[in-house]
Amino acid sequence: MKKTITLDVNGVAETAEVEVGQTLLRFLRDGLDLTGTKEGCNEGECGSCMVLLDGRPVNSCLVLAVEADGRSVTTVEGLSREGVLHPLQKAFLSQAAVQCGFCTPGMVVSAAALLRENPEPTEDDVKKALAGNLCRCTGYKQIVDAVRDAAAAMRAGAVAGGEAGKPAEREEVPA
Amino acid sequence: MTDLLYWLQGPVPETEPPTAEMPPWGETKVVGKPVPRVDAYERVSGSAVYPLDFALPDMLHAAILRSPHAHARVKAIDTSAAEKMPGVRAILTAFSPGADVPWYRSRGRFYSKLFDERVRHEGDEVAAVAAETRAQAFDALKAIRVEYEEFAFVLDPRESLAPDAPLVHDGGNRYGEPARYERGDLAAGFAAADAVVEATYSTACEIHAPMEVHGSVAKWDGNRLTIWDSTQGVFVVQQMVAGALKLPLANVRVIGHYMGGGFGSKLEAGKYTVIAALLAKTTARPVKLFLTREEVFLNAGNRPANTMKVKIGAKKDGALTAIEFSSIGSGGAYPNGADTSFLATDLYTCPNVAAVDENVAINAGRARAMRAPGFPQGAWALEQAMDELALKLGMDPVALRLANVPKVSQRRGNLPYTSTGLAECLRDGAKAFGWETTRAAKKDDGPIRKGYGVAAGMWGYGGGPPARVVVKLFADGSVNVNAGAADIGTGTKTVMAQTVAEELGVPLEKIRIEHADTGTTQYSGPSGGSKTVPSDMPAARAAAVEVRTKLLAGAAEELKVPAAELKLEGADVVSTKDPAKKLAVTEVPALQRNQVIVGVGTRGPNVEGKVISMFAAHFAEVEVNVRTGEVSVTKLVAAQDSARVMNRLTFECQVQGGLVMGLGLGRTEERVLDRQTGKMVNANWHDYKIPTALDVPVAQEVLSAELVDTECNTAGAKGVGEPATIPTAAAIANAVRDAVGLRVHDSPITPPKLAALLAAAGKKG
Repeated sequence: MKKTITLDVNGVAETAEVEVGQTLLRFLRDGLDLTGTKEGCNEGECGSCMVLLDGRPVNSCLVLAVEADGRSVTTVEGLSREGVLHPLQKAFLSQAAVQCGFCTPGMVVSAAALLRENPEPTEDDVKKALAGNLCRCTGYKQIVDAVRDAAAAMRAGAVAGGEAGKPAEREEVPA
Repeated sequence: MTDLLYWLQGPVPETEPPTAEMPPWGETKVVGKPVPRVDAYERVSGSAVYPLDFALPDMLHAAILRSPHAHARVKAIDTSAAEKMPGVRAILTAFSPGADVPWYRSRGRFYSKLFDERVRHEGDEVAAVAAETRAQAFDALKAIRVEYEEFAFVLDPRESLAPDAPLVHDGGNRYGEPARYERGDLAAGFAAADAVVEATYSTACEIHAPMEVHGSVAKWDGNRLTIWDSTQGVFVVQQMVAGALKLPLANVRVIGHYMGGGFGSKLEAGKYTVIAALLAKTTARPVKLFLTREEVFLNAGNRPANTMKVKIGAKKDGALTAIEFSSIGSGGAYPNGADTSFLATDLYTCPNVAAVDENVAINAGRARAMRAPGFPQGAWALEQAMDELALKLGMDPVALRLANVPKVSQRRGNLPYTSTGLAECLRDGAKAFGWETTRAAKKDDGPIRKGYGVAAGMWGYGGGPPARVVVKLFADGSVNVNAGAADIGTGTKTVMAQTVAEELGVPLEKIRIEHADTGTTQYSGPSGGSKTVPSDMPAARAAAVEVRTKLLAGAAEELKVPAAELKLEGADVVSTKDPAKKLAVTEVPALQRNQVIVGVGTRGPNVEGKVISMFAAHFAEVEVNVRTGEVSVTKLVAAQDSARVMNRLTFECQVQGGLVMGLGLGRTEERVLDRQTGKMVNANWHDYKIPTALDVPVAQEVLSAELVDTECNTAGAKGVGEPATIPTAAAIANAVRDAVGLRVHDSPITPPKLAALLAAAGKKG
């Protein structure tokens, strides 16, 4: 059975006919070719497929595409704007918080969700926010450091970029 | 040392030595600096296309039917219902044309076939389907009717050699004769000892569990095959696929630009690669075949479980007199390495040593090399035994190790090392950790007990040929580097760009790396065994030096001075005698005429009469809750000897990752097989626990001994991936022993195991 859905993906209105059993992950990757969102386990354990649904982090393998009808989805591709990286992505880059990079999009999305709620997270806050994102390469330390660095940079307003999923020009830098 | 070359078979490989003179680097400008990855943008932005992301027009999706039984014979397969399912385009079984492919080769013998009628573990391949969608392919699998004749199975290596044990393979459950090693007189050594300790240790089977599942996309153009594969080595996949399908190597092109981790599990072509190719051939359409996460747990490799018995004797001053080590492990249902004795025979000076490694067959998924295969297991046993010995001698565990630091490799003909930083690692690590002060201040009251532990390790392989790299300098001064190595996340592309930049002075932004494509890039071995930096960077350096030599010769002609007096300075060629004589690189006529200057670099042979090894010492602080048996690792310090650090950022990141993988071995990771059914009961990330961000200690420090090694290779760097994970788990185990006076001999140290020991000892607070 198919159903037509309309949703906002990274600021673009998308209308599509989807199988009702199709996951949001499949829809993003196969339907919209947004392959930045990774499939690691397809059972909600690893966080590689993390996206923001109305600003909240979800494992897109556990959400049906039809559940996203009328809602807003931000993927890793939506964090950067026209090739300019989000402060989190810049921090991951400069802190070498990346090895194979497969978990990175999910990590960055989870971290973006955290910083929306908590612009000044402690190390423990970051670890809790990323507990659902597995990484087998890095040992997490640089990732946690990168998130806190990005938070500091965003607080200082020193870095162009913005609140997750919103264009830089509309950004409100938290005080 | 062929026993360490787990990725190679056949004669000692070589590439011709480079012709250029390459004296050791002095002070470096780019190499060693903490520069971000050259491909970091792709990896953080989501724009990098991994093999799992790859799609082709008209592509089909495939899935594999696997045995639900640990041991059985396939009596009959009925695919008639599946063939009629929607979207199904091809079904492959043992009876399909071209599918009779021998598989799992060891010692000149094949142990199975692509689809064998005898299935030897849960997850063994039985059939495969290609369909228009992935869901259709999986639906079709369910419609295939298979009749099995079930057999008795054996799961525990220690039971595999029992007279009544079920036979995994006709002819017996041993993979070859036990490997024995001896030196000196063991009995005399123990007789001369003032203290002897003896115990049995075991490690649980671990799963590599890289973030990207294993798989391939296959496409045919006539009789030419192209494969996009998530792999550590495109040339290995090319060779295995060409062999299986009886194709010329040139007709098999394998591409692997990005890949989501491997840790040794992607050092070979999978059956999935060949199955994808066969399905693509049958349907004349591209086929994508990636495993599910559960399939990766069942059938994409593991670090085998090992049981190791260690007996060590020493004099009062700590000098070791004898080591006896025996190990039994299993490559799984098909042969793979399970030896663990190397450290016991080579890490410490000891005149009298006997070791035996036994490798047997069981009805469980086949092992694949996992990050320093055999070494973390060997360290788990040896380094806990050393700790017990220190206790018995009343010696500081660091001092005991320092008393036995070897000057030569006793396992390898008493040859000296090109450099050995074991003592530096132990001393520097102890200092950074605060070993003496924290231990002295330790209190033993309350329900939370602190403990401190140390363990050492080494990795016995420092790379070598073959490797070849081509560097092209374009007319505008930018550079293309062409190399076959995969960048598995370690930063291969980045340190290669740094190596070339060091010699040519070109900014990293003007260097592009083409890599990991058998059709267009130079031959290189797979990226594994900590060998990519020591093997491929010397070749990259040689290629860059050749370009520079040609460039300076061209400039010399124009400037009418000897080339020997010219040097590269920024974007100019300048005379060292008369600074007024200079020429922009882009104005060198030879470059302008040809539009490119090409340099070909090779990896010469390793130094003769010496061996190359990396060393490490890890220190752990734990807090044990004596009420619950919970262990919290609160601090880890890794001191590594890899000689030159090529890039401080990628180096540290790899060592941090190694520590955390060691944390998994020590605390949480264990494949659990059900003795009733032979099935793996935790083939998912919920029940098989790899460390999360919450498990990582707040305090984690990485040190590098940074010894100058001018003999290991022309980059002066020995590699780091494996030694970064070898001693960690043993250091944690020793810290737990220090905290509560009890030792968990069998990994992982779980709360139930430790709580039971605490209860038995009456120590439960």
